[in-house]
Amino acid sequence: MSGPVRPVIGRDNAYFFEGTAKRELRIQSCNACGTLRHPPGPACPACDAYDRGHVVARGEGTVYSYTVVHAPKLPGKELPLVIALLDLPEGVRMVAEVTGVPPEGEDGLRIGERLVVDWNVIPPTGSGHRDEELTLPIWRRP
Amino acid sequence: MSLSGKAAIVGIGATEFSKESGRSELQLSVEATRAALADAGLRPQDVDGLTTFTMDTSSEIALARELGLGDLRFFSRINYGGGAACATIQQAAMAVATGVADVVVAYRGFNERSGQRFGQVQSWAAQQVNTNGIDNSWTYPLGLSTPAATVAMQARRYMHDYGVTSEDFGAVAVADRRHAATNPAAFFYGKPITLEDHQASRMIADPLHLLDCCQESDGAVAIVVTSPERARDLPNPPVRIAAAAQGSAADQYVMTSYYRDEIGIPEMGVVARDLWRQSGLAPPDIDTAVLYDHFTPYVLMQLEELGFCGRGEAKEFVRDGAIELGGRLPVNTHGGQLGEAYLHGMNGIAEGVRQVRGSSVNQVEDAAHVLVTAGTGVPTSGLVLTSS
Repeated sequence: MSGPVRPVIGRDNAYFFEGTAKRELRIQSCNACGTLRHPPGPACPACDAYDRGHVVARGEGTVYSYTVVHAPKLPGKELPLVIALLDLPEGVRMVAEVTGVPPEGEDGLRIGERLVVDWNVIPPTGSGHRDEELTLPIWRRP
Repeated sequence: MSLSGKAAIVGIGATEFSKESGRSELQLSVEATRAALADAGLRPQDVDGLTTFTMDTSSEIALARELGLGDLRFFSRINYGGGAACATIQQAAMAVATGVADVVVAYRGFNERSGQRFGQVQSWAAQQVNTNGIDNSWTYPLGLSTPAATVAMQARRYMHDYGVTSEDFGAVAVADRRHAATNPAAFFYGKPITLEDHQASRMIADPLHLLDCCQESDGAVAIVVTSPERARDLPNPPVRIAAAAQGSAADQYVMTSYYRDEIGIPEMGVVARDLWRQSGLAPPDIDTAVLYDHFTPYVLMQLEELGFCGRGEAKEFVRDGAIELGGRLPVNTHGGQLGEAYLHGMNGIAEGVRQVRGSSVNQVEDAAHVLVTAGTGVPTSGLVLTSS
């Protein structure tokens, strides 16, 4: 299989990947009480409602933490790979692949730094296994 | 009603720890169980309960067939990788304490180096059609897909919040490898490292160097639990299970509990509170500890969650050899999973038993109260073992 590990998509996370296909970074919202939640789930932890929708995030985030992966090899990725944990202004936190940032040195990523979302379009694998185009968020410096 | 003192560990057994066992995982578990039963002075026919990890590839009934067991009255499995280790002993203790079973063996065997290597990307974990698979959809496709990388994310923030350095993590690696160096059963027997070696080792997932990461190992460990009454008639001095606890905390994930206001390992705090409550002991009472060390940063964070020091103070706690033999709290006297072997925490329980028995190769003098923890970053578990 080529390309990155593909996500398992079910009823509780499909809205997110339907969103990325349209270049929308979606955050689950509760239609009953408005609470935003990521990662999502079927039952609102604030009001117990099962009635959920989503909002589209502004596409900005502040680095809460990060790592630079040097080993082992990762399917569909080039090493070293910078991965961050971002606090979004909407109040949720999200794991983020980061591009265009040096893996180390003075210009490396820093906690507190602001990033903006972009899109990583992964072509069909040709393997026949969930063989469709996949779009994932990828973050870069503004 | 309390579980404390209602069951005892009477036997421990293991295979050799290697990088290529040359046998099936089932055979390894059979060998370890036979060794543990021989150590306990019991026969396979005495066993009526078996418990292991959900990740183990050898079913209870397969092990029972190879051992020639008859009727099994209790069998169970615990989820969440290495977090299951001490919980298998809790399962055994609860079964014995309630009379559900008389003699329970907890086992774990794998070819984790020559077979499926946990340090590599386990794509299957992201392909599971269950909630774990959905949880992994937020990480694996983005490249966050190895245990080291998931821990590195926690470690980086911990360094930022508390001024912890890579050298502070290195203190754990140095202690583990010092203890392994004098343990003939350890893979790294005779091979201590210095802090300079740690700093010079290659980067795996920044800030984790190679020497912050546990080994990948082949082997098996088994542990025999029975009642204190039955233990009295057996050859080894029984090791009392003074406390056995599991813990999961709010907004818990497997290795990626990143969405709490402050990330960290509060699940170990859940375990700690119950261990101290059940045992009636407190951190200053502990003579030596086996703290799960798949990655060094979590040893520091555990010291804080367990109450050995305050939040952010572990970096001072581990300095100047304090967690080495002769220090104020010797940690991982078998060499830990960095030094002895990675057996998903079960080899650490065996070392806890040896310390209480007084038979460790790195014996802590008069060790009467020993703490053992299981995998961190996941729903986890812990034990307090004491002399009877």
